[in-house]
Order: sequence, then structure tokens, then C-alpha cells
Amino acid sequence: MSTLHTEEMTLNMGPQHPSTHGVLRFVVRADGEVMREAIPDVGYLHRSIEKIAEKVGYHGFMPYTDRVDYVCAMFTNQGWGMACEKLAGIEVPHRGEYCRVIAAEFNRIASHLLSVGAMAMDIGAVTPFTHAIREREMINDLIEELCGARLTFNYMRIGGVAWDLPPGWREKALAYLDHFDPILEEYNALISWNKIYIERLANVGVITPAEAINYNLVGPNLRACGIKWDIRKDMPYSVYPEFEFDVPIGDGHWGKLGDSMDRYVVRIREMAESSKILRQALQKIPPGPVLAKVARNFKPPAGECQIRLESGRGDMGWYVVSDGTGYPWRVHVRTGSFAAMGIIQKLSAGLMIADLVTLIASLDVIAPEIDR
Amino acid sequence: METLVHNLIASGAFGKNASPHLVAAIVVFIMSAVVFLGVAFPFAGIVSWAERRVWARIQSRVGPNRVGPQGFLQWLADGVKHVCKEDIIPDESDAPLFKMAPYLVMLAFTLPWAVMPFSSSLILADLNVGILYMTSVTALTVVGVLMAGWASNDKWSLIGGIRSAAQIVSYEIPAGLSIFPVVLMTGTLSMQGIIRAQGWAPQHWFLFANPFTFVAANILYISALAEGNRTPFDLPEAESELVAGFATEYSGMRYLFFFMAEWGNLFIIGAIIATLFLGGWQFPHIIKSVVAMNILEAITFNVKVLFLVFVSMWIRATLPRVRIDQLMTLCWKYFVPISFVNMIGTAVWVAIWPDGNSLMRYLMLAAAIALAAVFTQRVIYYLRRSRMEVYFNPTI
Amino acid sequence: MESIHILERVKNKFADRVLEISEKKPDPFVVIDPKSVVEIGKFMNEDPELAMDCLSNETGVDYKDRIEVVYHLFSYSKRHTAVLKVKLPRENPSVETLEGVWKSANWMEREIFDLIGVNFEGHSDMRRILMPEDWIGHPQRKDFVEPAEYHGISTVRESPIIRLDTKKK
Repeated sequence: MSTLHTEEMTLNMGPQHPSTHGVLRFVVRADGEVMREAIPDVGYLHRSIEKIAEKVGYHGFMPYTDRVDYVCAMFTNQGWGMACEKLAGIEVPHRGEYCRVIAAEFNRIASHLLSVGAMAMDIGAVTPFTHAIREREMINDLIEELCGARLTFNYMRIGGVAWDLPPGWREKALAYLDHFDPILEEYNALISWNKIYIERLANVGVITPAEAINYNLVGPNLRACGIKWDIRKDMPYSVYPEFEFDVPIGDGHWGKLGDSMDRYVVRIREMAESSKILRQALQKIPPGPVLAKVARNFKPPAGECQIRLESGRGDMGWYVVSDGTGYPWRVHVRTGSFAAMGIIQKLSAGLMIADLVTLIASLDVIAPEIDR
Repeated sequence: METLVHNLIASGAFGKNASPHLVAAIVVFIMSAVVFLGVAFPFAGIVSWAERRVWARIQSRVGPNRVGPQGFLQWLADGVKHVCKEDIIPDESDAPLFKMAPYLVMLAFTLPWAVMPFSSSLILADLNVGILYMTSVTALTVVGVLMAGWASNDKWSLIGGIRSAAQIVSYEIPAGLSIFPVVLMTGTLSMQGIIRAQGWAPQHWFLFANPFTFVAANILYISALAEGNRTPFDLPEAESELVAGFATEYSGMRYLFFFMAEWGNLFIIGAIIATLFLGGWQFPHIIKSVVAMNILEAITFNVKVLFLVFVSMWIRATLPRVRIDQLMTLCWKYFVPISFVNMIGTAVWVAIWPDGNSLMRYLMLAAAIALAAVFTQRVIYYLRRSRMEVYFNPTI
Repeated sequence: MESIHILERVKNKFADRVLEISEKKPDPFVVIDPKSVVEIGKFMNEDPELAMDCLSNETGVDYKDRIEVVYHLFSYSKRHTAVLKVKLPRENPSVETLEGVWKSANWMEREIFDLIGVNFEGHSDMRRILMPEDWIGHPQRKDFVEPAEYHGISTVRESPIIRLDTKKK
């Protein structure tokens, strides 16, 4: 009798649960419906990718970077490419950069579609998910024509991209963008302004800007708190300075600034911005080579570098230490989801169990990014 | 019923000295079996197939279309699959309660079919407390769900069961209060009595009798959805949180019983609304033959109920889920006061105009037709704007 | 401010605690004394000129003779970066936690503890984050040898494949 705890329940939202965010586990201490604390327990998807880099070499690591975040594989590819290029001082040809941006922005749209669709499904609306996946399937078809794969692309190489755009691909991509822009409005009409949806999302998991910076939240999570920061605009890399696009930020329209609704709306608006970038890129793409000449046994000089790029989930930081041989000494990826998981334990006090699902979905957490 | 029994005895089918009670009992037995096993259970199965097809079209995909013509036998295949599954009963669970819970929920779904008014003479038992009987036996679900949640020996099932019990019990109140306006207007609780008090034409339905019954009909429909654990109130089965809520530990046919009860409840929800507010089986008396009239009336009743079933599926595919505290707020802070206002308003209305007010009826009907016209226009607008070839060709 | 100027400012303020400063290259860094990590971190966070309000990345690197913890700092208001490094011995590496200054250090230090083995003093929740709680060893060290089995599951493959580092001669 003395071991009966009657004040609070300890529940396990186990590694297997029907949610697309991956293999995450939460130990929830709850007082009925209201949680006292949700302690995340990660590591179910740890594959020691960073240590594998030390074994397979610079060129060989490119496919492994896909698996760091398989929803945003183009960005991880680009990050690894950029890190190696900065170490060795390689310059990517102009057309190669354009191909990178085009592939990356398509990937951003696909990643955000999956994120908002899965979020709607977690809230209970099953229809937006299938509509989002339908659009994502079309992007996957385009990218499959481009590089042969639908999920883990391995499209980029150190010094550029592997293959040029296939003939006719530009027209198909532009036709898809013409199809996609009105679909986004329909998607909004379907779910985004639905009263029940807004009630579920507004004022849930409010993050203040100071907290967001202190916890190193990045990407749409940070922008939803009102901070206008996008690596593509503020620390530009690749050919992003040549494009005109806006950076959507949250404005606390439906609830407090920095709640889940802001994070959701920022993602929807980012898709429209990516579409703008894609149109400009597809119009302006210059002719030329797509891959710089890089040695087969690539040996960058000894040193270290850090690059940051704006992935679908935010600022992804790559830190590479090279010792002058063909194998990197240390590779470290700091991903947006890792930081977002760090804030969940603090935000969970006082939320209901249903809100925990909303919170995880709105922070757009992907398990492989956390565990690598 | 009694005439049927007398005719059967007189025709000598049961022997010359048959006791009327025995014959009546046998007749009732057979008729109940026909209704329950022949109508209720297959309906629960077929509506699962129909729901999946309706959902799929809303979600721009096709749905089951392989098993049988248009996938019609999918529900049979699902049933067979579930029967063939291993019957897992968790070790630490309370086995007798665990086994009994699905049966109780099925009971709650099956019993209301005894007073389902299919047509003017096709009703299994025309109780003079018909509607009260219906609402009270559907409340047996609470017992079954609570038993399932507790006996599963699983904290998540317990949370799901308690949520569900709280939800069903809370929404009984607006549902019951919304039945009162109709009872006030007809003075009887019997299903056939309520239907006979309405006419076949829409302006004679109780839905348009006065604004209070209109609101009461909507509240009754939403509360019935909440009682049936349907989205937007399907928290107890919230897939992303609780896997399957109170039914998590169940497998095989036991699991399917819960969901057959939920799907079958759709018909009961539709039947309650159709009976109380939409005129039931009323059809203009244009043919002399009793049999033909009965067939037409049964078709009318089924069309009305199936339309409401379709609306339930439509709502489930479209709306997200409501959180538990928002659900309770909606019930206690909004529905219960509005239902009280409806009841009092209808009482005052009946006191002033005992036979109803034709002007109000026609006004309400006109408003409803205007609303339907606006709705249709919006649907056509969106259909024109969307690319039909995208939505109707999923293999593009 | 340019990175190198930031580091020089730090060196000017904490002359004795800054051990060395690298030359001006794409990512200059400064090596500081492990005992003054919190003090320098707080200074960089609160100084109005530097205003490093974000610990963007914290990495543990295992060189054969030492372990380094590398801090990448960033300022949203000033838009500049800086890199701090701390050199620790390989046996019982230990340094104070920066969790009090930047909350993002919480999970990053847990990862470094888990994979490299650096103990962060004063950390609120120093336990493994990626590996199972009962794992022995720190996998990202260069001399880590995988145990032959874990809870009865063997880690040795039945049919060995060509190991890539046989080519690394």
C-alpha cells in the first residue's frame, strides 16, 4: 500500500506510436490530463553517423548525410559539400550552385508539406495529410527524374552536383509550380483557418524570443517568435543573394507570439517563398558545368571549419576537423531538432497530454536529426 | 403484432392448441433475429466500407476497390481477418471484465434497433416510451467503455476510458434536453407517435416548426456525435496519442466489436434525428396498397438516415479533434444553457400556438432553402476552381 | 565585428586565462583555461559589444593526446561569431558547465558526456542521452573498442566484409 502513488501517473509515450515524427520516447508525469513534466528520451535512432565519417572518407560520406535528416536530404548533402569546399577552398561552378538551390528549395517545400500534413493528422484532421502527400509525391517524381531517388538523394557532390538538370525538366518544374501555388491556398481553406484547429494550436507551447535564442532554436521555430533571422538572407551562402524573397515571421495573430499556430503559419508561408525562389532560379539558371574538378582521393589541408545553412528545420551547423588525410578527423552536425527537443521538457509543465502531441508536431522534430 | 399472432394461430401453423404467448414469443424472437442479425450487424459492417470509400474520395484517393465489386466485400474480408487473429488477453488484466466489455458495447448498439421505425408497420416494438428507451440503452456504452479501460490494465487505456465515459455522460444532457422540445410538441415519447405528428412535406417537419427546434436538432446531432465517439470528439480513440484509447489492448474480433458499435451507432444517430426532426418515414399517401406504401416509407426513412450517416462521415474526414477541456467547455458552458433555452422557448411556443405557426414554418423552410442554395453555390465554385483531373486521377 | 577582433577583445580582458589565439583564418579560435570557461562565457554573453546570446554549437573532439571542447558562439543582435576552445587531458576530462549561461548547452553537453566522456561539473542532468543508460565506454573516442556483446546480443558479424581502413595504409 505504501508504494501506491495517487497524486500523479507516470506514463510512457513509447518509442512506438502512430506519429510520423519518428522514434521518440517521452516519460510523462501527469496529474490526470494535465502534465507536470514530459522528459524526452532519445537515442533510439542513433547510428553513429559522425563516427562513420571518420571511416569512409570525404566522398564516401555523402550518402550518409542523407540519413542524418531523410526528409531534408538535399540540405544535409549541401552542408557536407559546403564544409568540404570551405576546407579545401574549392569553388562550385555557377550552374552547380543554381542546381543546388533548385534541388534544395524543392526539398524544403516537400519537407514543409510533410510537416504541416503530419501536424494536421496529429491534431485529428486526416484529410490535409493526404492532400499534402499528394503534392509531395509530385515533387518526389520531379526529384526522381533529377537524381534517381525519392528520399535519400545523394545528389550533391563535393564541388557541385552529380548530374545536370535533365532535358525538359525545367518546364516540368515550372508547370508544377504553376499547379502548386493555388493548391497552397486550397490547403489553407481546408484546415489552416478552421476554428477547431486554431483553438487546438493557439497559445500552446508559447516560446518567448529570448528563450528561443537561449535554447538555440532555429528555423521556423525561431522565426515564429518574431525574430527575423534566415541564414539565406543574413549570412548568405551559395547564390541566394541573387534571389528576391521574403522571410515570414510569426506575429501572434491568433494567440500569443511564438505559439504553435505561429510556427505552423510560418511553415505555410515559407512554402510560398520557396516557390518564388524556385521560379527565379529556374528562369535565371546559367549554362555551364555543374561539378568542379575535385580529386578522387580528396585531401583537404589540415584545419577546421564550421558552416551553417538554412535547412528545412532551421540552421544546420556542420563542424569538420581535418587532419590532412583523406579521412575527416571529426564531423559534427548540430541540427535544429536537437535544440528543439531540449526545450520540450521545459515547455511541457502545465500542458495537457493532447497538447504535447501538438507541441512536438509544431516544433517539427524529426528523430534521425536528433540522434544521428 | 397481435393481429399477426392471431392470424398465425388461426391458420393453424402452430397447431390448434398453441398458446398465444408462446407463438408471440417465437414470432418476436425470429423478427428480432432478422432485425438484429440481418439489418443491424451487416449495416455496421457495410458502413465501414462506405466510410472508407467516402473518406478516400474526400482525401483524393480511391479507397478499397479490390475485394468484390467496388470493394463491397471489404468488410467481410476484414471481419474474417479479425476472427482469424489471435485472441490476446493481457496477463494482468481482469479477464472476465475484459471479455465482457465489448459485449456490453455491442448491446448498447444492438438494443435501440428494437424501436427503429422503418415504416408505419415495420417496427419491432412500438414502445410508448420509444425515444426514452433509445437514449437510455445507448448509455450502456459508458459501462462497456469504462470496463474496457479499467480491465485492460494499461494506463493509456484507463485515460481513454475515463475520457470517453466523461464525454458520453456529459453529452447525454444536451441530447436529452434537445429531445424535450419535440416531446413537448407531440405529447408522446413513442417513435411512431412522433413521426405521425409530423407530415411528409418539409414544412411540416419538426425541424422547421420553430427556431428553437432547429437549434435543438443541431445540438442533438452534435451531442449524438459526441456520444458516439466520432470526430471531432474522438479523443478516446485519438490515434496519435493513445493508439486506440480504451481499445488498445484488444485484438481480433473483440477489437472489431468496439468499432462495429461505433459504426452502427451512426445509423442510430441518424435514425433519432430523422424520427424526431425530419419526419421519419412519412410519405405522401399516393398508393392504396399497404405493402407498396410501406416500401416507399421504408425507403424514405433509409434515405434520410443514410444522408445523415454520410454527413457524419463527411464531418469525420474534415474536422480536427477537439481537446478534452474544450469538449467539456463546449458541453457544459454552451450546449446545456442553449438546450435549456430551447426547452423553455418551445414550451412557451407550444403554449401560444399549440398546433404550430404556419408562417414560422414557411419562413424557416425558406431560410433553410436559401442556406442550402448558398452551400451548393460554394460547392460548385470550389469544384470549378479545383483541377478535377488532379483529384480524380490519383495516378497522374 | 570580425571574429579575430572579438577574440582579441576577450584576450585583452582575460589576459592570463587565454592560453593561445589562432592566426587570422576563416575560423579563428581562442583556447582558454578550462577553469575560467563560465567566467569568459558570461562575459561574452553579457558584454554589450559582443552580445553573444546564442551557443550555436558545442562539440567534443578527441585528439590522440588531449580532448577538446569547441564552443561556437553567435550573436543575433550583432551578427558575428566566435569560437572558443578548451583543452582537457584524456583521463577524467572535466570542465564546468555552461548551462547557466546558455540553456542550449544542456543537451549538447549531455551528448559530449555520452560520446566523448567529458564530465561537466554542475550540470543539472548529467546522464547519457544517445546511448543506453547502462552502456560502458564512450563511443566517439578514437580508442573505443566495441564490446563483444550487449545484453547477450553479439556485436560481431558472422561474415566479415572488407574493412575500409585496410586500404588506409
